[in-house]
Amino acid sequence: MADPGAMTGPLVRLTGVRKRFGDHRVLHGVDLEVARGDVLCLIGASGSGKSTLLRCVNHLERPNAGRVYVGGELIGYQERDGRLHELPERRIRAQRARIGMVFQHFNLFPHLTVLENVIEAPTRVNREPRESAARAARTLLDRVGLGDKVNAYPRSLSGGQQQRVAIARGLAMRPELMLFDEPTSALDPELVGEVLDVMRDLAAGGMTMIVVTHEMGFAREVATRVAFMDGGRIVEEGTPHQVLADPRHERTRSFLSKVL
Amino acid sequence: MVQQQAAPDTRVADADDDHDIVPRSRPWRWVGVAVVLVVAAEVVSSVLTNPNYQWDIVGKYLFDSRILAGLGTTLLLTTVAMALACLLGLVLALMRRADSRLLRATAGGYVWLFRGTPVLVQLIIWYNLAILVPVVSIGIPFGPQLWTAQTNDLISPWTAAILGLALNEAAYLCEIIRSGINAVDYGQTEAAQALGMSRRHSFRRIVLPQALRVIVPPASNEAIGLLKYSSVVSVIALPELLYAGQLIYGRTYETIPVLIVVSIWYLVIVTLLTWLEHRLERRLGAGFAARHGSAAPSRAGRWSRWLTPAR
Ligand SMILES: Nc1ncnc2c1ncn2[C@@H]1O[C@H](COP(=O)(O)OP(=O)(O)OP(=O)(O)O)[C@@H](O)[C@H]1O
Ligand SMILES: [Mg+2]
Repeated sequence: MADPGAMTGPLVRLTGVRKRFGDHRVLHGVDLEVARGDVLCLIGASGSGKSTLLRCVNHLERPNAGRVYVGGELIGYQERDGRLHELPERRIRAQRARIGMVFQHFNLFPHLTVLENVIEAPTRVNREPRESAARAARTLLDRVGLGDKVNAYPRSLSGGQQQRVAIARGLAMRPELMLFDEPTSALDPELVGEVLDVMRDLAAGGMTMIVVTHEMGFAREVATRVAFMDGGRIVEEGTPHQVLADPRHERTRSFLSKVL
Repeated sequence: MVQQQAAPDTRVADADDDHDIVPRSRPWRWVGVAVVLVVAAEVVSSVLTNPNYQWDIVGKYLFDSRILAGLGTTLLLTTVAMALACLLGLVLALMRRADSRLLRATAGGYVWLFRGTPVLVQLIIWYNLAILVPVVSIGIPFGPQLWTAQTNDLISPWTAAILGLALNEAAYLCEIIRSGINAVDYGQTEAAQALGMSRRHSFRRIVLPQALRVIVPPASNEAIGLLKYSSVVSVIALPELLYAGQLIYGRTYETIPVLIVVSIWYLVIVTLLTWLEHRLERRLGAGFAARHGSAAPSRAGRWSRWLTPAR
């Protein structure tokens, strides 16, 4: 599956991705490209398929048709004789390990301490020695401003702190791509800023990110691209200025008039 | 009494803070305490002074070798049956959650059958298995046999008892384990998958430890229940604790004191089990109580805590 264009082409490429749940069609053939170092903000009304699309990227959701490439590698399948064959689980796990994901409800492991949350995957999936994994984890936790919470349990932290731990947990696998699904939607308003600050730092450090968000301020400031989804399609995609300030489509305009 | 009125958050509340508060008077609480104390005193004095309990005979049989042998049988039977039931119960619980409809239906049918029939009947059937199935063999299905044995050589009272108890208990544990697994948010599995963990890894390290928190209390109840209903194996002539006692008083007619001996031993084991359960619960509870400081109860008012409800 080595792709000579892997280092030069877009990091993420989706072509004709379709997804349905039973008879309910949620994605109607999505095409999308995200270049290395880009921050793509995915916006759109509730139910438009943003989460589903994001989850197709790391194969938490299996697309019914279309292809998802990350780093030039086809995700979840291999192509033989013009047909897609499902990859063995082990290969899919290896692909997922290179893609970090942050959830709306944090999904930290409540029975493990902050440090254990962060080193669980590096030590047991990547088989890094515990010592070096813990050292790397402490550096990451310092970076998200939680260096003093390594031995706390998630439930004793505020929502904003928990989400920052979740970001550190994702980063601990040294991903080349980070996915965020409404990372601040479950937070009290005064805690949103601290999480967005961490994400802003991450973007400034050159991390490629796909962010589903309702934070239009963040999209305007930090995103390099913005995509607007409606009814399972990407209706409009461009720079934040193009999409947010000067939308071409009527549906984008009416959505923005409601959220801005 | 004053300390009882302290703010629930014991970590910030200082013993000095609450001295201005005069607690509401609670006369009924003291009536209740008085009634309990009087009744308890009555019971204790009656048990100690009533000669019909025959405490000297209780003392005589407490360490009787037949009783101790029965105790050993009961312990071994319960431990082995419970261990097997846990394993089988876990497998059944996973089958009930499987994608395959056949696996789900099989496990469902198992639970239906073994939970729906009396364990006494199951025991007798296992003991008399030879009547139903005279020969047991292992081999290629519908092909040649590799190993064959007479059922009667395999089924002793012990194997019948362990089979009967374990298979029955597994049906109950299956449901307890299943509900424990269901109680863990699916987001936990998704987060584990997104990190590249295998299904096995995410189940063992992420889901199971959280499910156990929910599983352990009812499963401990089951273990205690099993300990006591294991006495039904006396129908297939396995001399466990209660049966050993019955054999003794059947000859000597010292019924009550011998049953007291038996009960003392059951109580000892149940006390031990309860202690183990509490330790396990505390270990599994790490991370779940941190928010409210319940891990550090106030030391104040130790005596009044015994007499009156907390908080
Ligand atoms: N596992 C599922 N089974 C059935 N239907 C689903 C499932 N997941 C999502 N859907 C449906 O797919 C549609 C798109 O859902 P999705 O979560 O992708 O929307 P979204 O844009 O992320 O919305 P929100 O802003 O509310 O998170 C919805 O109608 C939803 O009901
Ligand atoms: Mg969503």
